Amino acid sequence: MSPARATPVERAVADAHRREWAFVLAATARVARDLDLAEEYVQDAYTEALSAWARDGVPRKPAAWLTTVAKRKALDALRRGQTLRSKLPLLVQPDEADMNDPTDVTVPDDRLRLIFTCCHPSLSREAQVALTLRLVCGVSTGDIARAFLVSEPTMAARLTRAKKKISAARIPYRVPEAHELPDRLDAVLTVIHLLYTTGHTAPSGEQLVRSALVERALDLARMLLRLMPDEREVRGLLALLLVTDARRPTRTDAHGRLLLLEEQDRSAWDRAALVEGHRLVVGALRGGNPGRFVLQAAIAALHAAAPSYAETDWPQVLTLYNELHKVWPSPVVALNRAVAVAMVRGPEAALGEVELLEREGRLSGYRYLPATKADLLRRLGRHREAATAYRAALDLTDNEAERAFLSDRLAESSARRVDA
Amino acid sequence: MPQYAILLYAPTPADWMEAPPEELEAHDRYAAQIEELGGRIVSAQALEPSSTATSVRGDVVTDGPFVESKEVLGGVTVIEARDLDHALEIARLSPATRRGGVEVRPILG
Repeated sequence: MSPARATPVERAVADAHRREWAFVLAATARVARDLDLAEEYVQDAYTEALSAWARDGVPRKPAAWLTTVAKRKALDALRRGQTLRSKLPLLVQPDEADMNDPTDVTVPDDRLRLIFTCCHPSLSREAQVALTLRLVCGVSTGDIARAFLVSEPTMAARLTRAKKKISAARIPYRVPEAHELPDRLDAVLTVIHLLYTTGHTAPSGEQLVRSALVERALDLARMLLRLMPDEREVRGLLALLLVTDARRPTRTDAHGRLLLLEEQDRSAWDRAALVEGHRLVVGALRGGNPGRFVLQAAIAALHAAAPSYAETDWPQVLTLYNELHKVWPSPVVALNRAVAVAMVRGPEAALGEVELLEREGRLSGYRYLPATKADLLRRLGRHREAATAYRAALDLTDNEAERAFLSDRLAESSARRVDA
Repeated sequence: MPQYAILLYAPTPADWMEAPPEELEAHDRYAAQIEELGGRIVSAQALEPSSTATSVRGDVVTDGPFVESKEVLGGVTVIEARDLDHALEIARLSPATRRGGVEVRPILG
């Protein structure tokens, strides 16, 4: 159905689908004790809502209505013994509240259980991502397949395999204990961040931004912060996404050509998102020992606060990158740090660090390494070598907007080479 | 409680005689640690080195382990644990993780 022609009830159901799916499914899974069946009951509840809400009006608490209907279906099925203890049993671990008052009829918020189960470290990253989209966001298997450029049967098989592992290996449906939380939370944040970056810079195809994924990632980060308001890394992730996303409209020009940070029209950045992101970063930095998402957000916020690329507080950016590299010693961080080194100590110093990374070989195949190297060489006037590096970067890039950018730069460097 | 097999992998040929004495002593203490964590050992077997293995595929009999690789199976511990998280907590303490690694597999049933 097209949104323009949707009835108010259809819109209300669609809205409840986007906002409340995770809540409804998480609560139903606890009763159904089976993820596949829970999904089915929740889907049925949404279908029922279309007619029931048209007849009786949209309920005041759509999530409660949907949860009650889906849970009743689950209980009915359990009573009739239909599930035959069952295709994919889910290991639901009771929490303290259940122990204290088994007759409590309030609907517990199980969304955290659902999220942590989907992002369990014993599942592959791609399974975590697919499960999070399917179970936490309620995105259809077909849409997930299209977002990750695989066929629908492939994605369906990936989801089934992951659910089977949850069941057979008995991955518990619970929120991790305090001592496991930092690692487990990091996996959740990584998945949300990956969803965002996949949407933000589609790895291939003409469309640079797959906005649906971006929106889902922002929704997830907001939801997680509401559920875990004291976790500074969650605050950091939301801030990072907001500040990065504030620049989204200026990442490409009218022809879809990629614009570098230094070329972007800063007046067109989304001020409201920047203000919110900045506020979150400041809050998250309080208390010391910031984690990797807080530090990345702080770097992004520094960029956003600068009136221009040249006027950015590069020494402070470099300090933050040094901190980031300490808590997260990844070669990608080292490469990004090199860009700050170039601004503080000059391209020559930065080139040395990039070449060191190149020799280490851990970033072979990573397109931003030759692209960064090419840019430094260009700024040093070494156009022949720059052209070679641009060519290497092009060979590794499928994204049309990025290819166009690199081709332009390659043409420039090649022309300069002839002049020289 | 459900059961999990902890498969111990060591550098080929997985010869326990080559294991450092500290590692072997740690194995002796491991059973008590599992109990402390609320798990239970169902069975534990160490294997002779993979150089003593014979493989049968179809009707062909060959010398050596079924899969040739840098690390090979050197032993199996079967434990009881509450869930995968509990089993992984136990597996993480396994002395076999020092030189090689372990694979945790739920036992069917």
